[in-house]
Amino acid sequence: MNGVSSLNIAEFEARYPDVFNPPALKRFLPLLIGAATILYLVYCWWFFSIGTVLATGQWQRAEIYARDWVSYAIRSTVRMSPEGTTISYPRFSELGDNPKPDWVVQNGRDVTITFGTGKSLRINGQRVIAMRGGEELTVLIEPDGAKPQGRLPTWATLKEDQVTVNFGFAGTADIIPERVVISRRFLGWANFVFDTASPFWNRSAGEVASMIFSGERIRPEISNAALAFDNIWYNSSWQHGDVWTKLLQTIVMAFVGTLLATLISLPLAFIAARNITPNFFANQMTKRFFDFLRSVDMLIWALFFTRAFGPGPLAGISAIFFTDTGTLGKVYSETLENIDDKQREGVKSVGASPMNVQRYGVIPQVLPVFASQALYFWESNTRSATIIGAVGAGGIGLKLWEAMRTNTNWHNVAYMVLLILAVVFIFDSISNALRSRLMGKQQ
Amino acid sequence: MLWKDKPLSRVNSTLLSPDGILIERHWQELAGRRRAYSWLIGIGLLIAVSGSLWFANDSNAGKFFDRIPHFFDFAGDLVPRDGWEVWRALFDLPSPYFDGSLKFDYPEGRVYLFGPLYMPEYFYKMLQTLNIAIIATLTGAFFGFLLCFLAARNLVKSKMIRFVARRYMEILRAFPEIVIAGFFAAILSLGPIPAMFAVGIHTIGALGKLFFEVVENADMKADEGLRAVGANWFERVGFGIVPQVMPNFMSYALLRLEINVRASTIIGAVGGGGIGEELRLSIGRGHQAKTLAIIVLLLATIIAVDQFSAWLRRRLVGNQAFAFGGKQS
Repeated sequence: MNGVSSLNIAEFEARYPDVFNPPALKRFLPLLIGAATILYLVYCWWFFSIGTVLATGQWQRAEIYARDWVSYAIRSTVRMSPEGTTISYPRFSELGDNPKPDWVVQNGRDVTITFGTGKSLRINGQRVIAMRGGEELTVLIEPDGAKPQGRLPTWATLKEDQVTVNFGFAGTADIIPERVVISRRFLGWANFVFDTASPFWNRSAGEVASMIFSGERIRPEISNAALAFDNIWYNSSWQHGDVWTKLLQTIVMAFVGTLLATLISLPLAFIAARNITPNFFANQMTKRFFDFLRSVDMLIWALFFTRAFGPGPLAGISAIFFTDTGTLGKVYSETLENIDDKQREGVKSVGASPMNVQRYGVIPQVLPVFASQALYFWESNTRSATIIGAVGAGGIGLKLWEAMRTNTNWHNVAYMVLLILAVVFIFDSISNALRSRLMGKQQ
Repeated sequence: MLWKDKPLSRVNSTLLSPDGILIERHWQELAGRRRAYSWLIGIGLLIAVSGSLWFANDSNAGKFFDRIPHFFDFAGDLVPRDGWEVWRALFDLPSPYFDGSLKFDYPEGRVYLFGPLYMPEYFYKMLQTLNIAIIATLTGAFFGFLLCFLAARNLVKSKMIRFVARRYMEILRAFPEIVIAGFFAAILSLGPIPAMFAVGIHTIGALGKLFFEVVENADMKADEGLRAVGANWFERVGFGIVPQVMPNFMSYALLRLEINVRASTIIGAVGGGGIGEELRLSIGRGHQAKTLAIIVLLLATIIAVDQFSAWLRRRLVGNQAFAFGGKQS
């Protein structure tokens, strides 16, 4: 058989009219939906004035903030006065009280700052020489401003009396009359383990270990190991202790909230299921109660309980508990309504009590599904708990939100995000592993 | 004494054959071990829960037993002067108790549309939240749709591409929404657009995962037929896979819309604008009638969205998409 004759085509068309000549509405439905979507998007563009907001957004900040996630900058000021050149650092510098960084070399009035290979700044009295990638720029500092000599390279800008030299990621230097302000950026997190106030600060892991195990007691009242732990726990810029406590609160909120919700919704679901409790009134009451708990959003519960209990994880637990009793109850009662009735009939036929009918006729069928759903909720609540924390319901959410609002602590944000991601991934895999064992390979 | 010689409990062993005794003993042993495990798990959970509750109570600002007698004080604070106040607050009608304070200044929030025709403040804010949720769902579904085919085992042979696509979606899904919102709020200033980004980005990951699972379960016969007549990859996906997965995709997107309405309310409360912010402010300031009005409106909207979505999903795919009860996160 090769090809279809025109007769056949006509016959096919006659046989399947809805395929070849669908009604106009059906034919244009996708097109209509598409057009409606585009119209809606245009409306939203206008409603939220998205264009204006995006255009006025400070996108250059995005780069700066993103960079702050994984790096830190050290600021220092070089002052050139007739008496001599001095280098100063801010009071709470990442380099401690008496910084001697190896990227600054001072030799009398001659200061050299290295920004990486081929990038450096040399300050000699009132003359500053910047080098980057083979190019060289000399700036003379005069009383009325910094004067670049010759043509400005692309990496330097002149603004009024100030020349800014940009060394890319490695940092910047502002050359201003009398002084040069330097910002030198390094990849990584500064003082992540010990802060500058700690006696263990700026020592290698081996040194710290030998101090802990065999060194003299630094403070006579406690051992060095306890001191080291204390210093890490109360690290002033990373606040490990606080972060980990708050993270534990978040985990606890999700765990206890889900568990309590499971325990309460289980008996209620038996009342709500019409095949198990053949009482229309009781079914409807329980189901509407579930709907109420579910529809009053987790946010409303969270705000409500924050008012009732004060900010903290109790509010979060209660919010998750209330919302999820509703959702789990609905899911459970739907599962119960779909069970196989043969087992219940079998158990009933041998004269078992109503309690035993549920225990041996229903529970074995639904328990794996119930447990699997509870695990699923636990997993997703770990994520929700982070968000409701930000309205005061306890956990790491608020800390995260506060760190973000300062706009300078993005490295702390990165730290907390990493911890949250780790927790979410660990719980995801635990819950997935348990669920696939419970449900067998069928899914 | 060997385990074989232990007397059987609850069974008269003289009535059983040697084989029967062996089976009975084996069964009892298994049942005993099972019971022991159940007890262990039960006790472990009990310890974990009581420890957790103690910890939660300890680190809470107010203590459970100190606060519980005052639990309904707050509910008492919510009672407005009279029942009509709630409706006045909801529809921005002037209040007879107006004394110049923020508490009773309902008409202030009116959003005028044409002439004297106005939209009550909370309806406007609710519309904002709903629009955030819808836009986030639309964009999330769009990008999730583009990504999901790359992650499906039956469509992409290269393990590398699949791995990248799946991990990418996983990260989008697990990244805390609040951080995305905070990051964009720092760039675009607080408002609904950071909330849109946050909810939308999360939706890409969440829907992408559900979508590619649907694609992997698709019937490959249509695809085979298209391959036989020499269709390229895009044609195979477009004509073989998309028509059969579309109803399920739509149903999942609707499910996601229900979740996103709630999510955008919450994000709103931490600075994303919309009804969530109004609710948080009004609870914090102790405005009874306004709080109740917002709760009534929010409740009505969420129920309406849930019912609409359930109805549409039932039309699209029958009952099969209800397996997990509408909670995906």
